[in-house]
Amino acid sequence: MIAAFLQTLASGVTNGAIYALIGLGFSMIYNTSEVINFAQGEFVMLAGMSAVALTSGGHVPLILAVPAAILLTTLVGLLVERLAIEPARHSSLTTLIIITIGVSITLRGLVEVGLGKDFHRLAPFSGDTPLDFAGARIEPQTLWILGGLVLVMAGLAWFFNRTRLGKAMLATSQNRLAAELMGIDVKVMLRLSFAFSALLGALAGVLTAPITLTRYEVGIMLGLKGFCAAVIGGLGTAAGALAGGLILGLSEAMAAGYVSSAYKDAVAFILILAVLLFSPKGLFGRRRADRV
Amino acid sequence: MSARQGLLHPGFLVLVLVMALLPLGLANNFWYDLAIKVGLNAMIAVGLNLLIGYAGQISLGHAAFFAIGAYASAILTSHYGIPGLLALLLGALIAGLLAWAVARPILRLSGHYLAMATLGLGIIISIVINREIALTGGPDGMAVPTLYILGWAVRGAPSWYWIVATCLALTTLFSLNLMNSAFGRGLRALSNSEIAAASVGLDTAAMKVKIFVVSAIIAALAGSLFAHAELYVTPDESGFLRSVELVTMVVVGGQASTFGAVIGAGLLTILTPLLAGAQDWRDALFGAILVATMIFLPRGLVPSLRRLVR
Repeated sequence: MIAAFLQTLASGVTNGAIYALIGLGFSMIYNTSEVINFAQGEFVMLAGMSAVALTSGGHVPLILAVPAAILLTTLVGLLVERLAIEPARHSSLTTLIIITIGVSITLRGLVEVGLGKDFHRLAPFSGDTPLDFAGARIEPQTLWILGGLVLVMAGLAWFFNRTRLGKAMLATSQNRLAAELMGIDVKVMLRLSFAFSALLGALAGVLTAPITLTRYEVGIMLGLKGFCAAVIGGLGTAAGALAGGLILGLSEAMAAGYVSSAYKDAVAFILILAVLLFSPKGLFGRRRADRV
Repeated sequence: MSARQGLLHPGFLVLVLVMALLPLGLANNFWYDLAIKVGLNAMIAVGLNLLIGYAGQISLGHAAFFAIGAYASAILTSHYGIPGLLALLLGALIAGLLAWAVARPILRLSGHYLAMATLGLGIIISIVINREIALTGGPDGMAVPTLYILGWAVRGAPSWYWIVATCLALTTLFSLNLMNSAFGRGLRALSNSEIAAASVGLDTAAMKVKIFVVSAIIAALAGSLFAHAELYVTPDESGFLRSVELVTMVVVGGQASTFGAVIGAGLLTILTPLLAGAQDWRDALFGAILVATMIFLPRGLVPSLRRLVR
């Protein structure tokens, strides 16, 4: 009974950490550009799939394949900004959001053609002997995921509070025009935000690929759920993405364990509707006033 | 412009002429079937264009309203023996009420909240259709009985072609006339500047809700027709990607252009059989076309061409 509850809790926290990582990527791009990047889930998929292709197809050792997959995905993120977002930077927000949907379909299609339609599993980073925790069995990969999230949160806090570049990005997100007048190259900030989001997505991708299988289509659902996490917590804040991710992961696990596993995937979307109806800025969102 | 002038709109006359002459070139059922799909998609796109093009809102869940129409017709006629036309109206009513219930609180907020809400709603409905196997047949889909109109059994692709063509003509006429009514002028003011429109006393939130409900009802009607024409429905019709495809039709054809929506729907619907030789590349090409159109023709094909001609 207690063990089963702990098991559910562990799986909720694990998935929640993944949603938080993906949600952080959404928030980062939203902050610099107000664009909702619907290609975020494809970064997750791309990193998982390329790590699998490198290890099983190219026989590259895991310790090299994982950083290589993250690097590749980050470069793709930069390329997406340069080729698809920057040429359209004077377009309406609607147009930009549709462009990101187009990018996501393109990336998914290219992976489908290049790497096939099969499900793949990446080898776990430190074996797959489950750890016993008060009767609950916990995969060692879970610890990698939680450790990854803690490192990312600490890294982001340091970056945005302590470095010039981080402060410049923060300034851009607060007031683009003022930042530009202070000599900040807003274009570079936009590129950086896409690179960083791709990096966060890639991290989520390689960390989860050993637990959940990966396939060219997994990015759709992961991306949408990460987006829900960010909106639930309040789009544009790191704490919001973290809280939203964990709330979503836990609610999903509890719903699957105690209510109905058939409707597990609906939880994220029921939560997003509830948040939009009752607290549209999310739980931790800043109140914003639009300038007329 | 009065309703009669809508009938005399040059674009409308061309559309009617094309639809009237098209059957001469439709050699067999495959082409009839394709033309029916183009017509139904064009109906949805014309409705969705009212929302995207004029009210400036995106719906990422319109496939769900289409599926509500399709499944209402399928379930009500086969499980409950309700006459087809009544089921069609009930499907439209359900879709309209649902759209109203969701949009009314959300459209009071500015920004892209409707996109997020419709995305959530669309996926929930898609999941319900996949899971409620006893009612919907689940992922395998379900058969739909033949539609009877006043005792006449509507069978065969040519009959359906004429029904869909008539419905598309009516939808187009509706859209043209709506845009030239007082409500339409208000909507155009809204699309130019919501703040300006609100400051001259237009209830912009109520207008957006109305147009969203109208577009949902049109999608549901198209869904009902689709179910009876194909005699089969599957949950694929309700998914997120199908919603994205519908939005793509509008933006590729041209936002705020009724005929742009028709042309966008036509192009994207015939893209699938055109790419039949390169089926694996379909998604990659589809995505690339979408991105390229948005970068180079951000206003869409028809408005960009119109500007070129002038």
